[in-house]
Amino acid sequence: MARVSETTRESDPRRLATDARDRVHFEEEALALSDQVYRVARHLVGSREEAEDLMQETYARAFRSWRSFTPGTNLRAWLLRILTNLNIDRGRRIQRTPDQQPLEEGDYFLYNKLEETNDGTTDEDRVVQRLSQNDVVSALSEVPHDFRDVVVLVDIGDFTYADAAQILDIPVGTVMSRLHRGRRILKRAMADSAVGSEH
Amino acid sequence: MSNCEDCEQWMQPYMDRALTEAERFDAERHLNECSYCRKRYRFEEHLRQFVRQAVVEPMPAELKQKLASLRTPLQ
Repeated sequence: MARVSETTRESDPRRLATDARDRVHFEEEALALSDQVYRVARHLVGSREEAEDLMQETYARAFRSWRSFTPGTNLRAWLLRILTNLNIDRGRRIQRTPDQQPLEEGDYFLYNKLEETNDGTTDEDRVVQRLSQNDVVSALSEVPHDFRDVVVLVDIGDFTYADAAQILDIPVGTVMSRLHRGRRILKRAMADSAVGSEH
Repeated sequence: MSNCEDCEQWMQPYMDRALTEAERFDAERHLNECSYCRKRYRFEEHLRQFVRQAVVEPMPAELKQKLASLRTPLQ
């Protein structure tokens, strides 16, 4: 890019044309993924405004550094790697000390809680229906960042453990353990919000 | 493996398709045999779908336009 002004050789216009075509192609692909990136970004931060700022910063940076993307690799993961790095750089993540971690329960805590207040219905479809969209959204926002990032990437963004590990720059084993705890914390929060708000 | 206590350990990795083939075989055998765990498995599956759908917030159209405007201008 910096050498554009030095171009004198015949082949350079052709190279520039190829370059421009690759860049346009990259930008179009990145924009086509923006809905999916937003879907994840929205829950990595606390508010819609923050998510919108973060998306714009991410795309501005991605368009500037498009050459560092390796064609054929996972562009959605690459964009989310930029996004999570920017999110961390901006200090939007509040670090919690261990004693502030919310209580987690076993995997079946939510099921048991919902079933307890279920008027005898044990059909699992109906059990899930006792949760509202609000219960889920507010419960997710209560999960501390380290755990929430992993839950959002894997359960909402459909990333593999390996992709999530790469995006967050943590080992796969850490992804698995955070996912395990994060889901339990989420279920505990959903149970509190669904069952606790009824009475 | 394959009793109801172990089930809680492998349920999530099973749903994530992260078990080895042998572990998956054991898990499925247990799910076939145990209605208690099968019910919980189905609940967990429904819960995941529900969570995934519940948190979707469509991207504002203006944001999409703003992102498009960040593209490098054509020369």
